[in-house]
Amino acid sequence: MSISILALDWAFVIEKMVLIAIVISVSLIVAMYATYAERKVAGVMQDRHGPNRAGPFGILQPLADGLKLFFKEEVIPNNSSKWLFILGPCLAMLTAMMTSAIIPWGGTVEIGGRMIDLQIADINIGILYVFGVVSMGVYGIMIGGWASNNKFSLMAALRGASQAISYELAMGLSLIALLMLTGSLSLKTIVEQQINSNWWNIVYQPLGFFIFFVCALAECNRAPFDLPEAESELNMGYHQEYSSMKLGFYLFAEYINMFISCTIIATLFFGGYDMPFVDESKLSGVTALLTGVAALFGKTFILIFVFMWIRWTLPRFRYDQLMNLGWKGLIPLALFNMVLTAAIALYTMK
Amino acid sequence: MLFWFLTVLALGSALMVVFSKNPVHSILWLIITFFAITGHYILLNAQFLAIVNIIVYAGAIMVLFLFVVMMMNLNEISSPLKNKWLKFAGVISGCSLLLVLIAALKDTDTMQQEVLLNTGKIGLINNLGTVLFSDYVLPFEISSVLFLSAMVGAVVIGKK
Repeated sequence: MSISILALDWAFVIEKMVLIAIVISVSLIVAMYATYAERKVAGVMQDRHGPNRAGPFGILQPLADGLKLFFKEEVIPNNSSKWLFILGPCLAMLTAMMTSAIIPWGGTVEIGGRMIDLQIADINIGILYVFGVVSMGVYGIMIGGWASNNKFSLMAALRGASQAISYELAMGLSLIALLMLTGSLSLKTIVEQQINSNWWNIVYQPLGFFIFFVCALAECNRAPFDLPEAESELNMGYHQEYSSMKLGFYLFAEYINMFISCTIIATLFFGGYDMPFVDESKLSGVTALLTGVAALFGKTFILIFVFMWIRWTLPRFRYDQLMNLGWKGLIPLALFNMVLTAAIALYTMK
Repeated sequence: MLFWFLTVLALGSALMVVFSKNPVHSILWLIITFFAITGHYILLNAQFLAIVNIIVYAGAIMVLFLFVVMMMNLNEISSPLKNKWLKFAGVISGCSLLLVLIAALKDTDTMQQEVLLNTGKIGLINNLGTVLFSDYVLPFEISSVLFLSAMVGAVVIGKK
């Protein structure tokens, strides 16, 4: 046993640890400022200012909110199951962070004789890993909602779970069509294919993108699919009994999920770290890397803005409308897209 | 090392599934069991099997279990199994299942082979896909049509 520990490539371990630390802190910071951006966007849409008191342009507002959540009183209801009550928000946060592991944030760069990949793990199953983790994310909501011992929380949790399962199906089907074209599950390979070909995947898979996008909205519990937190009918939603930082974790996990799913959409359909109209192979190592990262973040922020735009524009669905859209609208559409793609792929291969 | 940890975790949480009083806790222990089994798959370098185990069993089927149990609102007081004979029958059938499984696995040639840790390539998605679509194409297609018809059936029932 001791020999195998010594045989580890320590530089590799340190590299990955640093990368994980960077990715997690960046996602936390982006999620933090996404809350601020959300309120600013809402302000613009509703013709008012949004937060503008804490610091210039209200830029310190997320810090103030976080501080407030930390200092609030922690309430654990008497009749709740205590461990599960604590486990709920932990799971929500954990699964939100875990998906970031396989996203390629940029190309490869050579530092001190080592080729460093800006990706934590390029695993064989690639995108399926995201599906696995996302399907775990439901438990955060369900366990939290059940452990609160509150009827409204339970109802919201059940809504959340059924919604997530229904939309996961259509999401997977739309992804199958994309994978038929790429022939690989690895996100890195998918990005490299898009860099080397003329067009991004959105050109080949417009319908697939649309289905994937709608399902991503539903998986993140964003409006118009935010039924688990429909305050007009459920008081507040699955996190009704939560207070202090546990509530903060639930709210925060939603924003991290939004950030990560926007990154995944950008990677799958918009070329990932491919800067449009620039030939990366002509740039020097570090410049190419930085343009790549900037391109990915630019695409992601545009997508996050679209998420917010939709939230403040569309009203919420009714529950039966949500299920109708998922099962009778998106799944047949995704199946049609899959068959069409398969037929065209087969025809062009001949 | 990791193997023993996962094995203890799997067996321990499987026992907790049976012994915990609260059905919701049973299901959560069962999820942990599935995770331990997934760990075993990863040790065997069967990444695709591992992730499918997570997505399908831990992610979808267990959510439905949890869904039903939460809806039925079973609590710790109402233990459904009060009948002694029922328990007795359960023990007998469980033991006979174990016996059959051991008898079936005793003479297979996997027992004679050494376990290929981290070297077996059959679990990787390329090889698995090739095998599924060449050697086992008929059973694979039949089962996929079955799943599709189940899905269409669910939509049809929902439309009524």
